[in-house]
Amino acid sequence: MIRTDVVILRGANGPTEDDARWSHDWGTTIVTVETSAALPPGHLAARPLATAGHADRAEAPFRIALTAAAVLVLVLLGAIVVLLFNGGFPVLVRFGLSFFVSTDWNPVTENYGAAVMLYGTLVTSALALLIAFPTSLGIALFLTEVAPEQLRRPIGTAIQLLAAVPSIIYGMWGFFVVVPLMSAHVQPLLKAVFGPIPLIGALFSGAPAGTGILTAGLILALMIMPFITAMFVEIFSSVPPVLKEAAYGVGATTTEVFRAVTVPYGRSALVGAVMLGLGRALGETMAVTFVIGNANRIAASLYSPGASIASTIANEFPEAGPGSIKLNALLELGFSLFVISFLVLALARFLVRNRLEA
Amino acid sequence: MSKIHLVAAAVALLGTFTVPAGAGDFTGAGATFPAPVYAAWGADYKAKSGSGLNYQAIGSGGGQTQILNRTVDFGASDAPMAAEKLESGKLLQFPTVIGAVVPIVNLEGIKADQLTLTGSVLADIYLGKITKWNDPAIAKLNPGVTLPTLDIVPTYRSDGSGTTYVFVDYLATISPEWKSSVGVATSVKWPTGNGAKGNDGVAGGVKNSKGSIGYVEYVYAAANNLTTAKLVNKAGKPVAPSVPAFQTAAATADWAGAKNFAASMIDTAGETAWPITSATFALLPKDPKDAAASLEVMKFFDWAYTDGGPIAEKLHYIPLPSAVQASVRAAWKAEIKDASGAAIWK
Repeated sequence: MIRTDVVILRGANGPTEDDARWSHDWGTTIVTVETSAALPPGHLAARPLATAGHADRAEAPFRIALTAAAVLVLVLLGAIVVLLFNGGFPVLVRFGLSFFVSTDWNPVTENYGAAVMLYGTLVTSALALLIAFPTSLGIALFLTEVAPEQLRRPIGTAIQLLAAVPSIIYGMWGFFVVVPLMSAHVQPLLKAVFGPIPLIGALFSGAPAGTGILTAGLILALMIMPFITAMFVEIFSSVPPVLKEAAYGVGATTTEVFRAVTVPYGRSALVGAVMLGLGRALGETMAVTFVIGNANRIAASLYSPGASIASTIANEFPEAGPGSIKLNALLELGFSLFVISFLVLALARFLVRNRLEA
Repeated sequence: MSKIHLVAAAVALLGTFTVPAGAGDFTGAGATFPAPVYAAWGADYKAKSGSGLNYQAIGSGGGQTQILNRTVDFGASDAPMAAEKLESGKLLQFPTVIGAVVPIVNLEGIKADQLTLTGSVLADIYLGKITKWNDPAIAKLNPGVTLPTLDIVPTYRSDGSGTTYVFVDYLATISPEWKSSVGVATSVKWPTGNGAKGNDGVAGGVKNSKGSIGYVEYVYAAANNLTTAKLVNKAGKPVAPSVPAFQTAAATADWAGAKNFAASMIDTAGETAWPITSATFALLPKDPKDAAASLEVMKFFDWAYTDGGPIAEKLHYIPLPSAVQASVRAAWKAEIKDASGAAIWK
């Protein structure tokens, strides 16, 4: 048996879509090498590595070590699922599925319902996406299409630095800077503008306390924006220049190229990137705990304080007594967050893969 | 750096985490409220006796779990543990030090201890029944103080906490409505207001928005010069939070009649007593598997009772009344036995 590594010789444009498809179908890593013009692009060079028997024996311990490392991940995942499911099960036995729709979270009477936290988690994350998606799209298009070469590096680096800022820093900054700002300026302004409009006005009603669902959504948006932007930039850079050049060639404007070429080309990958950002927002704990207002109530207004799954666990866990139903309720909350995050991630994988196979 | 150097550095780094424990070192875990005074006591005690205290402030619930599982030598809890849980877990509960909870406000032109409130006004504010600062109920208590037409923003601890337990215990003692509709626990279902994490979160939240009111431990308020408010006590006298006022509360509590030392210092009868005062507790196994470590814990608290008073007062905690200290020592002798059934504390 002779194993081969695939080396593809390419022109200066780098990998093509076909490479990605092969890579996916064969499970190989494909190395692309720039060639001189004399070699035909796409030329395959097969390189014999080693004959099987001798090398495989020598590699056995290495293989076992690698397999063990990989299996460890599965064991860990399984252990977490089992802990959360088992820990949360008594809650399902006691309250049934009404646990997920009840808004009552009362440690005194030991009645627990997850609706407030599910609502808080989904609404803050949705708000975050609503703000972060268009902004990220704007930054990414600016960086790949519009920005002069000298600006691309500094802005790109700044975005990566923002993505690396720990969430607790966002939380403290949000609490000490954004909350007073929201309370004194942003919330009264939004209230004055949208307040008189029926239905939408209700979203901006109530005392502008600074903390609450809206502020939590805003902080989350700022946290996931650099993350989503970085992925968008990657996606836009992978659009083959020949497609864009063709569009410009037939007289399209920059805006038309965005709409007709760049964005459609990467559409499902873009959705995948957004989903990954959403996954981050759903589980964010400390920053949200600082600014969400931590109240176990659901109100129409975005100004009202709320709670997310992660913030509730962070708040209540240290005082949840051993063997108490409260501890079970917190573990069940953790399990629901796990399921939600898993679904979002699965959707993201599915969409990104679709794009590769399309 | 070569590989060997890297390995050496890694080993050295590991070494710092595995410093061998001293001869009489002992471990505790639990309540965050007494953590500063335990740390100060621990440092002083180590210098004198050589035995070090390793205390982890993980919260009262965590402290209870750890001592029930016997993973530490003693647990610590702000709220007294339920009698049947002490019974089944074979634990002795005793008070270590006393603290107080104080209301803090953010109102333009109002200085510390200028505003007077009562327990029922405080309860009505947190029930959402009093919503403006110029409410007649507040105005009546504060003649001569100009109160704004501002919304009251009640702020509370979002994390489960002994501070919350003490505060809502007071509200429930004063207000029957609070008792029936909200109740008492380390975290409750707040009818109104905003939650913030920790003393610093509540203090920050109150500072952030005008018209807010919150509650923190006195230790924290004193250290940060927060705007505290006076409270009218059971004797009908307005008192400002101060160490003598807490001492009066501790002295007038019914220690003799309390089971497991869980004497309530909430709203005691003393003329100058501060109404929201409470002890924090340590939990010690009655059947310790490591008798030597258990003895170290008792020696430590014995020393803290006898010599730790000045340190506690400097940090704005109140030492236990000496009669209570004596009955704690008697309880150690009577209740804590080694494997052969002999008393460990002599």
